[in-house]
Amino acid sequence: MAKTLSIKAPYPPGDFAIWIIVYVELVTFGLLFVGYAYSRRANLHLFNDSQLLLNQTTGFINTLLLITSSFFIVKAVEKIKSMTHDTRYKSNIAASHWLLSAIVLGSFFLVLKLTEFSHIFGQGITLSTNTFFMFYLLLTMFHFMHVSLGVIILVNLYRKTKSQGYTSEDCRGLESGALYWHLVDLLWIVLFPLVYIIR
Amino acid sequence: MKYSSQMVAKPYFIFALILLAGEIVFGLAMGTQYLYGDFLFPAIPFNVLRMVHTNLLIVLLLFGFMGATYYLIPEESERELWSPMLAKLTFWIFAAAGVATILGYLFVPYATLAESLANSFWPTMGREFLEQPTLTKVGIVVVVLSYILNVTMTVIKGRKTTISVILLTGLFGLAFFFLFAFYVPTNLAMDKFFWWFVVHLWVEGTWELILGALLAFVLIKTTGVDREHIDKWLYLIIAMTLISGLAGTGHHFFYIGTPGYWLWIGSIASAAEPIPFFLMILFAYNMAKNRRIQHDNKIALTWAKGTAVVGFLGAGVWGFLHTLAPINYYTHGTQLTAAHGHLAFFGAYVMICFTMISYAMPILRGRPHGNGPKSQKVELASFWMMVLGMIGLTLALTVAGIMQIEMQRLPDAAHAVGFMETQAAISKVYMVRLAFGVMVLLGLLTYFYSFFVKEEKAAA
Repeated sequence: MAKTLSIKAPYPPGDFAIWIIVYVELVTFGLLFVGYAYSRRANLHLFNDSQLLLNQTTGFINTLLLITSSFFIVKAVEKIKSMTHDTRYKSNIAASHWLLSAIVLGSFFLVLKLTEFSHIFGQGITLSTNTFFMFYLLLTMFHFMHVSLGVIILVNLYRKTKSQGYTSEDCRGLESGALYWHLVDLLWIVLFPLVYIIR
Repeated sequence: MKYSSQMVAKPYFIFALILLAGEIVFGLAMGTQYLYGDFLFPAIPFNVLRMVHTNLLIVLLLFGFMGATYYLIPEESERELWSPMLAKLTFWIFAAAGVATILGYLFVPYATLAESLANSFWPTMGREFLEQPTLTKVGIVVVVLSYILNVTMTVIKGRKTTISVILLTGLFGLAFFFLFAFYVPTNLAMDKFFWWFVVHLWVEGTWELILGALLAFVLIKTTGVDREHIDKWLYLIIAMTLISGLAGTGHHFFYIGTPGYWLWIGSIASAAEPIPFFLMILFAYNMAKNRRIQHDNKIALTWAKGTAVVGFLGAGVWGFLHTLAPINYYTHGTQLTAAHGHLAFFGAYVMICFTMISYAMPILRGRPHGNGPKSQKVELASFWMMVLGMIGLTLALTVAGIMQIEMQRLPDAAHAVGFMETQAAISKVYMVRLAFGVMVLLGLLTYFYSFFVKEEKAAA
């Protein structure tokens, strides 16, 4: 059996800086989620009525897209981490395919979200319509910006895998990017039921 | 000094320090007026003192940043400055325009100043901190653009580093947001809204990039830590600064006629604003801990660490104290705001100028290893006098602010105490504030003295 390049998996994976970013993002979104919950309690009917205007189906499809893309990212990292001396080219190319698939799904998410926004704005809804839509727009647009940045990061990771830029020992950039994408995914997993489903 | 054109920084530094002395003197005069209302009456009323005090701060920081940049950029770009002549010329233009404007404030009634300088042609005067006549504002634009041109050309022709790129980004941002000083909507809410585009996005956006770049430069020079290591920190700090700072503009849009969603955006985004300042502390101490060289200019590193800590306290902690909308509802425009303003400006921006000056001035004066130990000891004393003075002043203003909130803001309309009565009740605290203000001035004078300390000749 071929010996892997990595002797011991370093923990935690990724760069120190990405962990700071992850925690800051979690705290920021956390504050927004708490703010949402607090305001919802005070305006239960308004929140429930306004929620009916959202399209749960596209929200659900978006959830599937993000979860699946996260799985693809895991596969990409796994390909790189299990690389051997002989498989550097093959592993990087395989990882690049997984990354490209994740990019495609991420882009689908963005397109679906844009259609959702255009539908919402088409109804004349703005940040000032009511508290529910203020939170809905703040949360989803803020998250949308994160997904956009995430896709840009994934494109960069993809380009690096195309040029065989990673080895199982030297892949902190990939791990950091993967962590960011999982963060974006995790935030959506909380955001979707909170804003679209819970009544 | 590696490049002779770095020498142009010297007059900028000296003038910035002179302006700082002026700023503190005017501050003390105001502090005295809080206690004795007719002090300097009718020669210089409070509103004029305040205008001079705040305008001097802005101009001194611009001079400090310019000096720092002219010192830093040749070294980062590994080449002489594109045009030292232009830098010298703009120094004199800016200094002359600055002095003329301040003299105008002091000796000509503001309305007459506005009238005689044809403010009605393009009215931009009368906004807090941006009181400068339109003509002066145009002058600032010309000076800043020529400065940016000089720096950009130097960077383009030389080595590009993270520090120089971030510094340049900050400078371009500074220039861009100043343009809103020329846009004065007639609607008061709109006026305030865009006014913050200059004030907030300078102080809590673009200036922080400049601060980060200058701090990183001094840390590299005094600790010898790898550039690669410092770059990563810098990117992280800058990213957080921009994201929290841009959205954090919302904390100025509470209760001024702007839509209600700003209460949420402002509160949440600005709750994150202390984070980059905290990272700056980690950054400075981490670099100092992992230093590879023992630079003889120890005091420069002390200033660098001090900037990070006092900047965090002033901007981060004192900012957070009243940044959440429900709290700001009561604290808006009280002495608590003044407390935050004083420590934040001093800690983040005045201290970064001191950091650069303490690092660069000895070199510009032919002492590549920094000032001698005796001089550094005097400077260390001045460091503590100014830092403790400013913290004392801030604590006094915080107590004053809390008293003000308790007496004026918390009670209902029937029980709230009037403004002047409240001020009278706070007067003892204002006395403490003035005493700490004097301490800051003494600290600055001690700092000036440190330039002239004679070192004992080392035994041959």
